[in-house]
Amino acid sequence: MGAVFTEFPWGVILILLPVTGGMLCFLWPQIAKITGLFIVFAVALLVVGLAWQIFDNGVYRHAVGGWGAPLGVDLYADGLSLLMLAITALVGIGISVYSATYFKHEQAVLFWPLWLFLLAALNALFLSADIFNIYVTFELMGLAAVALVALAGSREALGAAMRYLLAALLGSLAYLLGVALLYHGFGTVDIALLAERAEPSPIIWAALGLMGAGLLLKTALFPLHFWLPPAHASAPTPVSALLSALVVKASFYILLRLWLEIFGPLVGGAGVEQLLGLLGAAAILWGSVQALRQTRLKLLIAYSTVAQVGYLFLAFPLVAATGVSAWSAVTYLVLSHALAKAAMFMAAGNLLCFGGHDRIADLDRVVQRLPLTAGAFALAGVSIMGLPPSGGFIGKWLLLEAALMQGRWDLVVVMILGGLLAAGYIFKVLGYAFTQADVSHESKAVPASMEWAALLLAVAAILLGFLAVPVLSLVSIGDPFGIGEVRP
Amino acid sequence: MNWNAWMPPLMIASSLLPGLIIFGLTEERVRLRTVLNLSGALVKLVLVGFVLWGVSQGQQYETRLALLPGLELVLRAGPLSLLFVSLSAVLWLVTTVYAIGYLEHSPHRSRFFGFFSLCVTATVGVALSGNLITFLLFYELLTLATYPLVVHRGTEAARHAGLIYLRYTITGGALLLVATVWLYTLTGTLEFTPQGFLDSLGAEHHTALIIIFTLLIAGFGVKAALVPLHGWLPQAMVAPAPVSALLHAVAVVKAGAFGIVRVVYDVFGVEFAANLGVLAPLAWLAAITIIYGSLRALFQDDLKRRLAFSTISQVSYIVLGTAIAGPVAAIGGVVHLVHQGLMKITLFFCAGNLAETLGIHKISEMNGVGRRMPWTMAAFTIGAFGMIGAPPVAGFVTKWYLGLGALQAGQEWVIIVLAGSSLLNAAYFLPILHRAWFQEPPSTWPKEFDFGRKETAWMLLLPPVITALMALAAGLLATSTFSPLEWAQFIAEHEFSRP
Repeated sequence: MGAVFTEFPWGVILILLPVTGGMLCFLWPQIAKITGLFIVFAVALLVVGLAWQIFDNGVYRHAVGGWGAPLGVDLYADGLSLLMLAITALVGIGISVYSATYFKHEQAVLFWPLWLFLLAALNALFLSADIFNIYVTFELMGLAAVALVALAGSREALGAAMRYLLAALLGSLAYLLGVALLYHGFGTVDIALLAERAEPSPIIWAALGLMGAGLLLKTALFPLHFWLPPAHASAPTPVSALLSALVVKASFYILLRLWLEIFGPLVGGAGVEQLLGLLGAAAILWGSVQALRQTRLKLLIAYSTVAQVGYLFLAFPLVAATGVSAWSAVTYLVLSHALAKAAMFMAAGNLLCFGGHDRIADLDRVVQRLPLTAGAFALAGVSIMGLPPSGGFIGKWLLLEAALMQGRWDLVVVMILGGLLAAGYIFKVLGYAFTQADVSHESKAVPASMEWAALLLAVAAILLGFLAVPVLSLVSIGDPFGIGEVRP
Repeated sequence: MNWNAWMPPLMIASSLLPGLIIFGLTEERVRLRTVLNLSGALVKLVLVGFVLWGVSQGQQYETRLALLPGLELVLRAGPLSLLFVSLSAVLWLVTTVYAIGYLEHSPHRSRFFGFFSLCVTATVGVALSGNLITFLLFYELLTLATYPLVVHRGTEAARHAGLIYLRYTITGGALLLVATVWLYTLTGTLEFTPQGFLDSLGAEHHTALIIIFTLLIAGFGVKAALVPLHGWLPQAMVAPAPVSALLHAVAVVKAGAFGIVRVVYDVFGVEFAANLGVLAPLAWLAAITIIYGSLRALFQDDLKRRLAFSTISQVSYIVLGTAIAGPVAAIGGVVHLVHQGLMKITLFFCAGNLAETLGIHKISEMNGVGRRMPWTMAAFTIGAFGMIGAPPVAGFVTKWYLGLGALQAGQEWVIIVLAGSSLLNAAYFLPILHRAWFQEPPSTWPKEFDFGRKETAWMLLLPPVITALMALAAGLLATSTFSPLEWAQFIAEHEFSRP
């Protein structure tokens, strides 16, 4: 029995199952919803299986078809991959439950296959052990995401999808050029082998420039964020949630992996970290101020994503001396932002569905008639603001700790300002939850499953605030940050 | 199985769980909501009583939960914690009764009582916190839980007041966060320890520590309404009377003052802080706040606003007692935590009764109200005399110990502050009493509600009468066992004696 669990190729199934499911949905649209929901829950179970395996055997490495690197395709999972897979599965369940009632008729027929392909691409991306494989999954993910944005069908959505498509193609093209350079220079695309063979050279710098630019574009780091707000704001709600919570994180994950394994050790200390930190700080301030200025709720949330992405990059200049807490902070911020932002977009979607608009100034009639949704928005907001108790607080605490240990007061000030601005834009919305509404508004009832999906994800973001010790010891499996495993 | 470790979480759960259930109730479930509220409050009271008895018998009540690698969530029922917990448990029960009567026919009651319970949960959490990060956690939770109460009425004024409240408190919270993390990077611990845990830090860290102290005081000073961080408090008066009562007597303002007490005693340690030279400026700040608050109170015609400025002044007695840095003054400061709570809650209940029964909001409308509502005004009178510091009400005990402590610590100027403040207190409370008892009542009241032959609803009348009697008892029976004063002496011994 135990052997079944420890030898089973969980990783392969994690990729194949959603692909198969996507095809089934495509071929038999009438069962798309059932199939989609089934697959998403099955994927979550598979992640649990993989986690079991990793606990037992340590890092997971699987040579697909028995070929092995450098010839074949390898799958690889350590604590960091596992955590990304887990958060994808968790947010995926929330989004699927939400979508099951959100999408009707033609839209549903298109949504489920695209979402399952996207899920397959995400899973494959987190399991990839080589940079070319990453490219393939990256491209797949981008195309599925663009198609999902276009699903809304409105003029804005198509325009935003077009911009998004161009950014995505440009980003992955730049990344592919980097892959070609590295392969040419060191004769392999396997990350582990590259880490052994690579040495400081112009090729490394050129590859870093290309891949970095491509990934930053897709992660929407300031000033390359221009495509994000329109795309995230005009997409259908579950898609906005998917994009902000998971897709942006996936390109950040690649960047983080490459930095940790290949580039960081070679070009560390040459100012690249400082540049990333600077851009991160600018993103926090710019994104927050823009969020504060928005009059439409979904745009506000989209700009908040621009700001929150900035926090992830603050860790780069802080890693040099403190190591552990800066990367732990990043892990935690990624997880809590994924949960909170998905919940927040869903809450916004409920308000939009109920009131028929998302003009913040007219929300008072809506917010207080949907208490569960208002609660979801508030709890997600607590995590986004970084107030305790929440996952966002833990992330912010760790990041502040790293900054203070190195006396980086500039970054401390940016973080605090970012938190205050976040409170500003979140309470700008929540303030309306309590104002008196005398006009009864024509409204569409919001299905309970949509309200609860948002609320439960938001509660998960809060509960994450109490799970720091197990989560941080989990992420240290396989030592992805090169600092030794943390013993619980 | 150690049952003692369950007591602190139970004390928190006794208000958290009813609160969460109440959120889910519909407006019409009045009876179930009332039962939940009152049983939660009673259970908490019983638990607190049990733990009080246990601690006096030398029992330890402590719960730890890993929060981060190296940092724990610590709940500990020490003597100082229990003083605050008992205060909030008793006053929660009373205020709940009052709030049920006060909000009898208003909308959104489930929401109100849900957040009300969360607010008390956060206060009890603040009281029981065994280290600075736990304190911070509940302190921020308190901010979030009180915001909906401040804006409960939903008017434009309420929304505006809520916004101002948030601006002050969230900024204060941010300063606290920076200070806390900074302290942690210096010391590697945040555990509250009698006489502080910073002794081991060398002189090269002293500048940093002074800045940290300033940040912490600024962060807590916002809620404690130290001048010039008091601006939110008079604004927050738009909230319903039970909320004002809770804000001023138990929850928000007290949490700030309690934070300052914790920082001085259990983070820095009195001696260390005095050597660092940070206590004298704090004492001055408190003195300025005492005088400033009283002066501003003089010129308010709105009764609740006058009481609000009076709170600003009175809470700083706690800070002053802490900053004087002597054991006797410490007793005065700590005991005022309880005394001010009892007296101020009485005054706010009475103000609420006047508004709900006769529509009186302004002091100029209070002529002869003592004849129409004798019980309410009797309670008010006791509270007012307590604030002035007239024996035998509790306020006198505070001022006596503060003055004695200041003399003992060689800080005679404090006597002038105390005397000046008492004069001012008399100047803004006595005219109210004079109007209420000795002026002719008008032929019609601004907006009279009919309560038959009674002066007002019993649920509104009983709470202020009870709290006024408690304030009187705390003064009269100050030397009996289990009086706030005795307990404060116990705490002071704890904080000032080297182990």
